Amino acid sequence: MSSLLLSLRALGEVAYPPVVPGHELAFPRDEGSHPDYRIEWWYVTGQLEDGASKVKAPLGFQVTFFRVRTGLAADNPSSFAPRQVLFAHAAIADPVSGKLHHAQRSARTGFDLAYAREGQLDVKLDDWSIRQVAPGRYVTAVHGEDFAFELTLASTQPPLLQGERGFSRKGPDPLAASYYYSLPQLAVTGDVTVGGSTRKVSGQAWFDHEWSSDYVDQSALGWDWLGVNMADGGALMAFRMRDRQGGARWASATLRLPSPIGEGQVTTLGPEAVRWTPLQSWRSPRTGVTYPVQWRVQVGDRRYRVEPLILDAELDSRPTTGILYWEGPIRLIDEATGKGGRSRLPRADGVRRQGGPLRKT
Amino acid sequence: MQSPGTGFDESLFPRLLRVPGVAAASPVVEVQVRLPGRERNLKLLGIDPFRAMQLQPALAGAGAATERQGQGLLAENSIWLSPAAAQSLELEVGDDLDVQVALDRVRFRVAGVLPPGAYAQPVGLLDIGEAQWRLRRLGRLDRVDLRLAPQADRRAVRAAIVALLPPGAQVVTPGEATDDAVRLTRAYRSNLTALALVALFTGAFLVYATQSLAVARRRREIALLHAMGMSVREQLVASLLSGMIVGALGAALGVILGALVARAGLAAFGADLGAGYFRGVAPALNVSAGEYLAFFMLGVGAALVATFGPAREAASVPAAAALKAGDEAPMAPRTHGRIALALFAAGVLALALPPLEGIALPGYVSIACLLLGAVFLTPSIASTVFSRLRTDGPAWRQVAVAQLRGTARRSTVSIAAVLVSFSLMVAMAIMVFSFRMSLEAWMQRILPADLYVRAGSAAAGAYLDVNAQRSITSLPEIVRADFVKFQDVLLPGERLPLTIIARPIDESTADQVIPIRRSAPGSAPQGAIPVWASEAALDLRGFDIGTEFDLPIGGKVVRATVRGIWRDYERPGGSLVMNRETFIALSGERTATTAALWLRQGTDADEFSGRLRDAIARSGDYDVAIPGEIRKRSLALFDRTFAVTYLLEAVAVLIGLFGISASTSSQVLARRGEFGMLRHLGVTRREIGRMLAFEGAALGAIGVAAGLVVGAIVSMILIFVVNRQSFHWTMDVHVPWGLLAILSLVLIGAAAATAAVSGRRAMGEDVVRAVKEDW
Repeated sequence: MSSLLLSLRALGEVAYPPVVPGHELAFPRDEGSHPDYRIEWWYVTGQLEDGASKVKAPLGFQVTFFRVRTGLAADNPSSFAPRQVLFAHAAIADPVSGKLHHAQRSARTGFDLAYAREGQLDVKLDDWSIRQVAPGRYVTAVHGEDFAFELTLASTQPPLLQGERGFSRKGPDPLAASYYYSLPQLAVTGDVTVGGSTRKVSGQAWFDHEWSSDYVDQSALGWDWLGVNMADGGALMAFRMRDRQGGARWASATLRLPSPIGEGQVTTLGPEAVRWTPLQSWRSPRTGVTYPVQWRVQVGDRRYRVEPLILDAELDSRPTTGILYWEGPIRLIDEATGKGGRSRLPRADGVRRQGGPLRKT
Repeated sequence: MQSPGTGFDESLFPRLLRVPGVAAASPVVEVQVRLPGRERNLKLLGIDPFRAMQLQPALAGAGAATERQGQGLLAENSIWLSPAAAQSLELEVGDDLDVQVALDRVRFRVAGVLPPGAYAQPVGLLDIGEAQWRLRRLGRLDRVDLRLAPQADRRAVRAAIVALLPPGAQVVTPGEATDDAVRLTRAYRSNLTALALVALFTGAFLVYATQSLAVARRRREIALLHAMGMSVREQLVASLLSGMIVGALGAALGVILGALVARAGLAAFGADLGAGYFRGVAPALNVSAGEYLAFFMLGVGAALVATFGPAREAASVPAAAALKAGDEAPMAPRTHGRIALALFAAGVLALALPPLEGIALPGYVSIACLLLGAVFLTPSIASTVFSRLRTDGPAWRQVAVAQLRGTARRSTVSIAAVLVSFSLMVAMAIMVFSFRMSLEAWMQRILPADLYVRAGSAAAGAYLDVNAQRSITSLPEIVRADFVKFQDVLLPGERLPLTIIARPIDESTADQVIPIRRSAPGSAPQGAIPVWASEAALDLRGFDIGTEFDLPIGGKVVRATVRGIWRDYERPGGSLVMNRETFIALSGERTATTAALWLRQGTDADEFSGRLRDAIARSGDYDVAIPGEIRKRSLALFDRTFAVTYLLEAVAVLIGLFGISASTSSQVLARRGEFGMLRHLGVTRREIGRMLAFEGAALGAIGVAAGLVVGAIVSMILIFVVNRQSFHWTMDVHVPWGLLAILSLVLIGAAAATAAVSGRRAMGEDVVRAVKEDW
């Protein structure tokens, strides 16, 4: 989930369908694209371990496909008419070297070179792709300049519907909402190529799919998000929308307790029960932007501490979506029990480079 | 990869991107559009910014300017201008820009100005989807820019790409692309260089003349220096040094003046003086310090070479003899008949050589040999003529003839100066006149109708669509309308496009429609399309009568056969005329570039053109012109193009006159004693002036006569060798008799006057005292 596409707000004047409560999500249909909606993304984050070398810290990976309906060129009969544009980001975070490799792609849809199909998950942007190969099995391939990966993701749990059965509010205005579900605890296998050598890897991942037309409340400037695969099989998703003062405009969390897994075990919490408190910050030497990296997150009566596994996880996607953000692997520690899980904490900014909650120091 | 003309189907783009080894591909729609109301064209590039940025990171700056680059280019009706385009069109962000598509105005808004690094030339950038739609190029691409993966086997990838290409498309590497532009203009540039070398040559001649004068004037001084112990070597070095200083000063001044004139000329006329090679290009004066230095050194070198002869003469002044009064240099003319003959022979041989990589270098070498040979032959001519001069008549004339005979060697300098400059002038005059007359006659042939409608000259974006053609033909005043389509096409294996001219024509009428030089007997072979090749197509591609070749039209390849050769002064790259019905059947392309209209008897063309515009009723710009206007405009353009040659001719004549002045002055100085004596003997100053004028006129007349002969030969070389090889067209010889007669008389008169005036100046008041010096 991301506000990366804030900058593409309202390009053209077309009627985008609204996001309404009570809409029933169906799978695999809703894993596919919803081209009428203004924005949509498929977002996979996870950790990979290399079976051969006994590296203690896992590799972090991320791949995201964004689809934007520009609202432009509605009557243009050209095959190049830019009605739908795809963006993709991918990254590999290597905690041993402390390095983050990332790459991005963008293209308008057309000519079978770039597309996001309806009906089931099948998104392609040149030689990057994510698609369903069998029920509950997905393959994603990424070819960056200095890294590549091809991973198979297998679901181990049913989809986790966020908010009210997939209707996820993003602010006090009920119109600011998205359709949102996650696939936590995905089992990952595949190949990762970094530095010219290819390794067999396995691990776990978290998958988000979200689409909307009016995603962001106008007064929200940035957001903080985390998704955690708990060591015991549980899952936690929490986010907040930041206002101009850096406080919470809206917050929400979904917690699924471990087995036996069922609807009854899912707890959805609203803004009154979720609190984010920054503890420590890190300043990017490249951009001068300061990102809070250590957090305390309160979800209901549970208190978690969020520790970054690497500090330098700044992503500069200004060339494609115009946004700088921090996204890296974290460790979540239950302050009551000391136990936790691992996941990634993306943090982005809605006002792009200048001002707002991103401080240049 | 690119394809001139109608481009190619867009389905090729994904196939190119999938070729293994291709890392990035950027599709481009490229259209030269006419800008209505502005009398100029602009190149529009429809690009996919997402793809283009992978090849051209400089474009990302366009995004930085607005903070969201994709959107800037994606936005509807938006156009981005390169800095050069924004400047020359005087447009700012937010302004409207109308461009012409067919005969309609399409309005865009200037959404931004590109960062300086992206495009140096004036171009407008818009989204490719928008370009295909609004510029009416749906489904077509003109170019796909490709970047290969760093480890890819370039040759294998190229072969794989070539295998995908439709007829008429080609793969070009960045170096080759600029090479094409270079080749296209090389003939034009080499001609300019040749003219510049002529100027340098005459300049060197001037240095030679002045240095000779200096040696003559300082003869006694030099002798004195010798007597005082200055060695021959020291004298040589001193003379060369003075020549070098003259050369350095002149070259420095020349470089500065040249740069100023170039700047002014570029601003006023464009890079080709209006010849049309660089339409839509904003030329910038582009000379490096190194080039300035090279030009400077050329000037100094020429001066040094020219000084060498006089310097040697000065060094060899015999001290004793020269110190004696009345001494002059040994005056027996040295003849160089053999050298002259050898040079003439070399000149003839050079004519037999083919052009060097498209440059008519052998022709220029031949001209240079001819000129040099003529210079070497001058002493022989001079002494022959002088020996035949009558020696009777008044005393001043007898003295003058005796003087001419006695100083034949010195006089040859003057004659040679006149000969060289005048022959170049004659050559250019005959060539330009022949060209102009041929062009005029050609235009008469090529423009037989009463009225012409032209959508745009080089702008492919402007054309007469089917609707416009229908509106034109439906007018009752029009008895006949010929629509002509110009379309560039790339022949298999060729690098430069050829122009197809599709117009109503068939074998029986071809001779009436275009100026045919030669045509094939009999009828065309079965299954081959008859075409008429221009002289350039014959020269460059060997398309002679009866030649059969593969011609790509509309993505197909057909067999064509050459039925005739015609003269085309418009397209030095070569053109093929073919029947328009055949062209339409092959290509489906029904648009036309121009229409030739024949009006009902008694219809006033001027008045009718207004009604024609009303009938066409379209918002774009198009020309409606009567043939007379077109001819006038074309000839005005022709004259402007050749203005630079007139200027160079004037300079050459001035240099010739300088030569006469220098040589007369030198002799007058040497003859001060003689004049004094003549005055003592009762000869009036007036008579001495007359004597000098006679001498000058005689020198001038010989130079002019020889110059006429040499110039006529040079003009034939220019017409039949240099022009043919450079521009691939022939012309009929027309001699401007009147002009040549006037020029000859003016030059002889000027020579006489120059001699008299410089003689008077050199004589001054003290000739009488000069007599005393001798005693």
